[in-house]
Amino acid sequence: MVANGIGARALRKEDQRFITGKGRYTDDINQHGQAFAVFVRSPHAHAKLVAVDKASVAGMPGVLAVLDGTDVAADGLGNLICGWLVKSKDGSPMKMGAHPLLAQGKVRYVGDRVAVVIAETYAQARDAAEALAVDYAELPATVALADAHGSSTLVHDEVENNLIFDWELGDKAAVDAAMASAAHVTRIDLVNNRLVPNAMEPRAAIGSYDSGLDQFTCYVTSQNPHVHRLVMSAFIQIAPEHKLRVIGPDVGGGFGSKIFIYGEECVVTWASKKVGGRPVKWVAERSESFLSDAHGRDHISHAELAIDAEGNTTALRVNTKANIGAYMSTFSSCVPTYLYGTLLAGQYKTPAIYCDVQAYYTNTAPVDAYRGAGRPEASFLLETLYEQAAKEIGKDPAEFRRQNFIPKDAFPYQTPVALIYDVGDYATTLDRALELADYAGFKARKAEAEKRGMRRGIGISCYIEACGIAPSAVVGSLGAGVGLWESAKVRFSHTGKVQVMTGTHSHGQGHETTFSQLVADKLGIPYEDIEVIHGDTEKTPVGMGTYGSRSLAVGGEAIAKSCDKLIAKGKKIAAHLLEASEADIEFKDGQFTVAGTDRAKAMGEVVFAAYVPHNYPADLEPGMEEGAFFDPPNFTFPAGTYVCEVEVDPETGVVRIERLVAVDDFGNVINPNIVEGQVHGGLTQGIGQALLESAIYDGAGQLLTGSYMDYAMPRADDVPSFEVETAAGTACTSNSMGVKGCGEAGAIGSPPAVINAIIDAIGVRVEMPATPQRVWAAMQGLALAAE
Amino acid sequence: MTKVSMTINGKEMSGEVEGRTLLVDFLRQNLGLTGTHVGCDTSQCGCCVVHVDGRSVKACTMLAVQANGSKVTTIEGLAAADGALHPVQAAFREHHGLQCGFCTPGMIMSAVDLLQHNANPTEHEVREWLEGNICRCTGYHNIVKAILAAAESMRGGVAHAAE
Repeated sequence: MVANGIGARALRKEDQRFITGKGRYTDDINQHGQAFAVFVRSPHAHAKLVAVDKASVAGMPGVLAVLDGTDVAADGLGNLICGWLVKSKDGSPMKMGAHPLLAQGKVRYVGDRVAVVIAETYAQARDAAEALAVDYAELPATVALADAHGSSTLVHDEVENNLIFDWELGDKAAVDAAMASAAHVTRIDLVNNRLVPNAMEPRAAIGSYDSGLDQFTCYVTSQNPHVHRLVMSAFIQIAPEHKLRVIGPDVGGGFGSKIFIYGEECVVTWASKKVGGRPVKWVAERSESFLSDAHGRDHISHAELAIDAEGNTTALRVNTKANIGAYMSTFSSCVPTYLYGTLLAGQYKTPAIYCDVQAYYTNTAPVDAYRGAGRPEASFLLETLYEQAAKEIGKDPAEFRRQNFIPKDAFPYQTPVALIYDVGDYATTLDRALELADYAGFKARKAEAEKRGMRRGIGISCYIEACGIAPSAVVGSLGAGVGLWESAKVRFSHTGKVQVMTGTHSHGQGHETTFSQLVADKLGIPYEDIEVIHGDTEKTPVGMGTYGSRSLAVGGEAIAKSCDKLIAKGKKIAAHLLEASEADIEFKDGQFTVAGTDRAKAMGEVVFAAYVPHNYPADLEPGMEEGAFFDPPNFTFPAGTYVCEVEVDPETGVVRIERLVAVDDFGNVINPNIVEGQVHGGLTQGIGQALLESAIYDGAGQLLTGSYMDYAMPRADDVPSFEVETAAGTACTSNSMGVKGCGEAGAIGSPPAVINAIIDAIGVRVEMPATPQRVWAAMQGLALAAE
Repeated sequence: MTKVSMTINGKEMSGEVEGRTLLVDFLRQNLGLTGTHVGCDTSQCGCCVVHVDGRSVKACTMLAVQANGSKVTTIEGLAAADGALHPVQAAFREHHGLQCGFCTPGMIMSAVDLLQHNANPTEHEVREWLEGNICRCTGYHNIVKAILAAAESMRGGVAHAAE
């Protein structure tokens, strides 16, 4: 057994640089001759762009260039893309308006990119950007999702009713029949509040052009540098792929928002050639991030759950309206469809499910994947619906769920909404969570709280999600424009040290640690002898990046397969060196041994023989470097139970989270520290959605929550210490490690647990975020006016 | 332009700045001390916390000229000259108190100041103190754990071992 192998709580390799201020994020990179870019953004939600008067800043100090949409058009650059096609019920393709790098003729949200000013210093660029005269002719705006259909204002003239697609999944007739014969139907209307991802590192990019090599380089805050390169080459057409290098250095959080290819990185890369190849740096201010990062969630839904006389759920019907914002961002169409509708079975055996989703343009920032992406919306809908249903029919919410779970012996299980769950054991995670949360003792705690004048409530959420995005054949049949495999290379040096090159890219997940543990375990070499290389298209094999909790389940498996190939080659070399048959060579703990003997060669000796092949098999290539691609056969399905206990002060409506217990089945775990840390962070983002966070536009399309003064981020004193357990896992069958993915679970499972606890405490429904004002008003039976 | 001089991480440093130059920009742009980060524009996030004359300050909230003549410590100057980590740095690593690392320098500098004033804080006091530092990755759980462990270790107690 190697130290720091699979299952060890290895301390992170990344931390030394981060705790000493030696991290290297995009804004930390300064190159010789660097110029600075500031984007001029629309102050209007919807307007005709009449003219950009470049002459208005021509004489200002330090200004090197002012570029607008006419320059983009003159150079023939392409538009930003949405990579997932979705078809409507009638078979027609989704209706997508153009998404230009810089506005062409019209601006469509506050923050829309109009022009870029490049100057010698940041202050000069900013001064000129503020001075640039832009003439707009304001238009009425369609802001609220509820108003999009039938609005006289079209965000894109060619998209009727602002309706991008009207998608469906499931068996409508079967659901209609089951609803008609149900003993009871529970109905719910809810809003999934709009959120701003808020990675602590704002987006940034530095473009440069080397005329000697005819090569562009783009440093960018990216979760997927290869996808950036692909889109910037094949679709934007800044340069052919082999003439564009994309580097994501250390990335300070992403949560989805740094998957997408935005106009800013494209513009600074293209623009660098226009200022003599000088590096052009752009760094978003936080208020700019609020306006222009892709937002998350923003659904309005109606759902109905049919239940028979014994308490079995017989059908689920869901209608959802999804806000896409002013343009379709890279992944936007798949979030309210393939990552949402397909998860509506939850952990339950409901035989008939139907959902339809209408996606709309509005004059707001684009909406795309944010931690969980579709799955939090599905989980919130289902788990608040089940809680309400249990109360309506007079059953304990935990027992009602248990009664309707897909039983442990029913896997693999085909859901009525396309997915096949490979493994699961939902009763075990439920039981463990109830035990940890002392569910049985809740009544006594509630009574004690009542004596103090407080309302105490308990809420459960049994979530499921689909991770390991994505099996290419499955997502291809659903409409993905690409396959979402992953790749890796593992390379020994002469001296037995190892470089691991992966197409995934960490933005806080600790890949340098987890992948080192995996390789140390597989190859039987010291953890310290392994270096993980990622984030640079010139140094790593082509890969799809990090999102959808895919890096280990998909990228890690490509690394594992590379290691298997190295071991297979090592056996041939060892057999030669030991004068034995290859079939007799066993590999364990870094040693190649002739079975049943003590004759052995260490990995280091075999590696050295491969690089100094004086005594070597005649038909074998020298070297010890192998690569592999992995396209998973299926998604992975993490699931678990979260239990939240709250106290509500009836005088003020203030909610305090007393306890939050999370029991997750992530399959096998490589590093429990890292996995638990992912859950802690996800829980807090989920609590943020449930209690604090909401992106609010006013009627004119101005973002009211545009800074940390107005948008309530969870702070340390808003959350408790958590009780997190990842025991009792069922090993995933879609990869050799048995892992599932843990990055999003916390944000998926916690909002319904928190809201169910509040509803349990106060006895009436309350929408997210459950602010003191909303909770207090709900308790008084008051409807709040527009906030 | 105005000339400013200050003692940064024990070394005398000076530079020419505009009146509007923030301390954080002077540190990052003029001196290349990029460990101090900028995460917002409203002095809320705390990614830029440094020590000025021994007290934690948001370096985005102070002009460089205001720090003229001061003693400034940044994250780069926290460890000992031989590289030995400050107990708070060590505890953040030991207890997985960081993920993406972007808020980390500010968190650590803020926590060091807390422990200068309160050697034995309760969990509640730690959470209240961190009101001015936002982390989006860790959910604060392991940051709080790390700070409590650092406090114990600095008091001479045995640091909590990793679980």
